[in-house]
Amino acid sequence: MGWFKRLKDGIVTSTKDKKEAPDGLWYKCARCKEATTIKELRENYHKCPKCNYHVRIGSYDYFDLLFDGKYQEHFSELVSKDFLKFKDLKPYDTRLEAAKDKTGLDDAIVVAEGKISRKPIVIAAMDFSFIGGSMGSVVGEKIAKSIDYCLKNNIPFMIISKSGGARMMESAFSLMQMAKTSAKLSQLSKAGIPYFSMMTDPTTGGVTASFAMLGDINFAEPEALIGFAGPRVIKETIKKDLPEGFQTSEFLLEHGFLDFIVDRSELKTRLGDLLSFFHTKTA
Amino acid sequence: MVFLEFEKPLESLYEQLEKIKQVGEQGVIDVSDMIKELENKIKTQRKEIYSNLTGWQKVQLSRHPERPYTLYYINQMCKKFVELHGDRYFKDDKAIVGGLANLDGQSVVFIGHQKGADTKDRQYRNFGMANPEGYRKALRLMKLAERFNYPVICLIDTPGAFPGLEAEERGQAEAIARNLFEMAQLRVPIVCVVIGEGASGGAIGIGLGDKVFMLENTWYSVISPESCSSILWRSWDYKEQAAEALKLTADHMYKFGLIDGIIKEPLGGAHALPGEMAKILKKHIKKELVELVGMDPDVRIEKRIKKYSKMGQYAKKPKTKSDTVSTKVK
Repeated sequence: MGWFKRLKDGIVTSTKDKKEAPDGLWYKCARCKEATTIKELRENYHKCPKCNYHVRIGSYDYFDLLFDGKYQEHFSELVSKDFLKFKDLKPYDTRLEAAKDKTGLDDAIVVAEGKISRKPIVIAAMDFSFIGGSMGSVVGEKIAKSIDYCLKNNIPFMIISKSGGARMMESAFSLMQMAKTSAKLSQLSKAGIPYFSMMTDPTTGGVTASFAMLGDINFAEPEALIGFAGPRVIKETIKKDLPEGFQTSEFLLEHGFLDFIVDRSELKTRLGDLLSFFHTKTA
Repeated sequence: MVFLEFEKPLESLYEQLEKIKQVGEQGVIDVSDMIKELENKIKTQRKEIYSNLTGWQKVQLSRHPERPYTLYYINQMCKKFVELHGDRYFKDDKAIVGGLANLDGQSVVFIGHQKGADTKDRQYRNFGMANPEGYRKALRLMKLAERFNYPVICLIDTPGAFPGLEAEERGQAEAIARNLFEMAQLRVPIVCVVIGEGASGGAIGIGLGDKVFMLENTWYSVISPESCSSILWRSWDYKEQAAEALKLTADHMYKFGLIDGIIKEPLGGAHALPGEMAKILKKHIKKELVELVGMDPDVRIEKRIKKYSKMGQYAKKPKTKSDTVSTKVK
């Protein structure tokens, strides 16, 4: 008879109470809470090997996943400035600096040119980690410049959206980026150059209500939140709980706003297939 | 008369005036001098109040319950107006109205947000918050205008696109995005005027044009001051600060080059002399149309897109090695 008799067999600590493993080695799934090694996660296209949850990843992760090897970054010289001297609890300037330090990025979008299945494409990918992927003047200008580049060189264009919407700290300037990007896309469309819009978790607000919904082909990763108003705002407006699966990729597909949903592991192949249908320059 | 908080000094002067007039009606004392004096006082006081309005006060003015709305302006400005309904897909949105009108001999298509005058009417108009079918109706009317070569005039006055469940189901975002895309290439002139509230995507959804103007006491922003306060300050109490920080007044917008001009309101705001306001607005729109109608459509579209392409404030850093070829990270 011992003093330290184990009363129940096995581990009794529930998974949610489990202590965090150190960053950099393990990833704890935001949905199923299962842990995987970072290496395993990366090999599985940044998806949880247990529940297929598509982990939010950054622009460079997408470039690595999609391009055939090398790619060239464009317009990286553009950086945001606090033109309005906007101050809420913190000045916008401070927020920008903090975001730069935290992410190592210059703004919420990175543009790169490369090849997918040996066909050239320009991809503008957004980073949610940079002030919620919000769209300010730099996001708008990089998209506009990319479109001019695609027009000049006759290359298909793609945007990977991941954004909370317009950047409040740039007030009407950010609002006008909706008009600016949509107007530029109309030129691309007129010139017969394809534009693919991929929506990832989350894509909301002014981004959805401009370039994200304007693809010749619109598609999304599984289970991404996609909408105009945020779920909290809608809940407050209608004073009712929102139905299960509301504003997910699957919901949008069902309501006719997406062409398809694509698993991240099949994304590169699918894009290669799509590109083969459009007549542009080949390598 | 409805007085806003900052108009309180005026309210007491009006009360005095009313009383003196009553005394005068009894016919015992001659009060005409006193009335004149008071009226002058009101005028000076009003001038003083209205020459120093803050952002938040302009927001309040833009929402003044007596402020004229789209249908009032259309009916005042045009002898003939045939309202057209429905988006042809789903239903008729009451928060966006439109139709064919005759503006002193020039056929035009009017489109605008519509708010209600009393509680029942406000609900009927959904407080000027449109659903996707509203934006689709607007687009249908623009296409109609394009086919018959009529200029399009959009009057903007909305607290935002409606954030409802059905709005999402029917693609609020797609409807707004589609309008922006189509308005950029529309082959007829587009003149937009913010006549009240210009809130975010709901406003710009009918707001991309060759010329965009704001009435003096209106606002245009990416978010309402209240919502901005609740998100950035995490409280509803900072709407005044938010209104200042957002720099949402017509003066700011013009200074930033985001609108093409400001249309003066009569002293005391559009609601003080609505008929006068309609006259000013009409004169302004007519003047702009003369110039725009004479332009070649392709040139006009190019100019329109160029104008929006220039909007944005950013800095440039010196080119670094990141602009050279990157290789795969393994």
